[in-house]
Amino acid sequence: MLVFIIRRSMQSVVVLLVMSLLVFVGVYAIGNPIDILINPQADQAERAQAIASLGLDKPLYAQYFTFLSGALHGDLGKSFVHATSALGLILERMPATMELAISATLIAVVLGIPLGLLAGLRPNGVAGRSIMAGSILGFSLPTFWVGLMLIMVFAVELHWLPSNGRGPTTLLFGLIPVSFMSWDGLKHLVLPATNLALFNLALLIRLTRAGTHEALLQDYVKFARAKGLANSRVIGVHVLRNILIPIVTVIGLQFGALIGFAIVTESVFAWPGMGKLLIDSINFLDRPVIVAYLLVIVFLFILINLVVDILYSALDPRVRISESKG
Amino acid sequence: MASPLPVANAPARSVQTPAQRVAADFLANPVAVFGLGLLVLVVLAALFAPLISPQNPYDLAQLDVMDSRLPPGSPAPNGGHFWLGTDDQGRDMLSAIFYGLRISLAVGVISTVCALVIGLTMGLTAAYFGGKFETLVMRIVDIQLSFPAILIALILIAVLGQGTGKVITALVTVQWAYYARTVRSAALVEKRREYMEAARCLALSPSRIVFRHLLPNCLPPMIVVATVQVAAAIALEATLSFLGLGLPITEPSLGLLIANGYQYLLSGKYWISFFPGIALLLTIVSINLVADQLRDVLNPRLQK
Repeated sequence: MLVFIIRRSMQSVVVLLVMSLLVFVGVYAIGNPIDILINPQADQAERAQAIASLGLDKPLYAQYFTFLSGALHGDLGKSFVHATSALGLILERMPATMELAISATLIAVVLGIPLGLLAGLRPNGVAGRSIMAGSILGFSLPTFWVGLMLIMVFAVELHWLPSNGRGPTTLLFGLIPVSFMSWDGLKHLVLPATNLALFNLALLIRLTRAGTHEALLQDYVKFARAKGLANSRVIGVHVLRNILIPIVTVIGLQFGALIGFAIVTESVFAWPGMGKLLIDSINFLDRPVIVAYLLVIVFLFILINLVVDILYSALDPRVRISESKG
Repeated sequence: MASPLPVANAPARSVQTPAQRVAADFLANPVAVFGLGLLVLVVLAALFAPLISPQNPYDLAQLDVMDSRLPPGSPAPNGGHFWLGTDDQGRDMLSAIFYGLRISLAVGVISTVCALVIGLTMGLTAAYFGGKFETLVMRIVDIQLSFPAILIALILIAVLGQGTGKVITALVTVQWAYYARTVRSAALVEKRREYMEAARCLALSPSRIVFRHLLPNCLPPMIVVATVQVAAAIALEATLSFLGLGLPITEPSLGLLIANGYQYLLSGKYWISFFPGIALLLTIVSINLVADQLRDVLNPRLQK
């Protein structure tokens, strides 16, 4: 197990290095780094000073090492617009995105698994069929448009929920600002979280249904029924437990995707998270923030994948064995 | 981009060509036929947009600011009606949607075809030659597919800048990996078949073996993936355009129309965003319905 974790961590470090190289080449070598990293409003003297301080007069490999050592020290440049550390700006917005992604995951799990179970147990019933039809819609509907429609129905027509922003935040553990602790904040959270959850909800319904469908045909389920166990016990223990491993994996892997998709939801609902910051930065050509966002998100993804892989191998020994062979 | 399959009207004969069998199987599912019909309508509307639109929405002479933001069904000055309302420029939404559909479909299809060609070539050569090249290509595919498409597209737009060509580049870069992975797994199976061995024994050139012998036999799963990916490309382009990072204003796709209506949504003028969204939804759903049935029809394991 330890060998597996070490090996996977080494792979992650390699991927991180490759990605940092790609980001570097993309931003510093393909585009003109002087245009990208120096404020276009700067005058000649400032430009010359910035070129020297950024080391843009040095050869490319030397620039990469400067960039890399800066990144390792947490220095990813200064935002043009906000005139503060780009990394600090992103970390400041991270709790809002995380809160949104975690809420969306919760909604998807709490609704998706029971609905999928229901559809799997009664595949030909009215409920089962409508759940599956609904899940196709969940895949087909473009996220941003559903967001608009949620605003139209629940904010504009019914006046039940606010249409944008995060509402008041309270500090969780005295550190992290969160919305869900106050009633008003919670109301702000409902629409964006539901919007973000829809795709995962559809995915979990399909996954749970397929798993249930398969598990019901297995001998151990037939045997459990033959033993005369209550239906609730057969489903709750024998079926659910066995379909949980792929579900846990997908929930984990999808968490990263949620952070990516949050870009769209945050833009629709003006939710002040990392994704909204990225879009604003692209619009204002605030490149240091874009670069910092990329590195942070790549790091987050690699971390999530690593954790999911380790959890998966802890849950299912077969993975570990085949990995160490190959 | 209508159905690539010939429609078999003749009743099923005892001996069918594969194309006839696929067509007959496809038509057996009423939901899929509905999807196909819808898709044909959408494609026709896009192709003949200038002929069926009540006005040319981008001819400024035909627009009147006095007509702006009218609700659906309002009478139009030329005696007709704005059946789906007008936008902030006084543009008939129905006409704008037909024109937008054109651009959305064109971008989706063009980027899918480019991605298909690149993905097919990379995946097939990787599977055929194996070794270090295969490892390298599949590593890139794995890494790329572990990131959500929207994120990769946004990163590319941020680095490359905006414009139609750049949006298509971003969509192609996002998509080629799906094809490379699918075709490689199909090719790995086909590679072990006897006909491949026979082709090698005849000392045919590698390019001939890959493209004339291997490729046609790997196509069925690719058709399914390509169909799904057209829908995905259209949705992704709409999302990028909605975020203001997609196509320029001179080429208003459905996503841009929806984005234009966003600010009026809060004041209850829903139709500027709502109807382009419905058009987008119908397009994506119809493509997905067709793809769903194609997947069943082309899957050899499910053949009767």
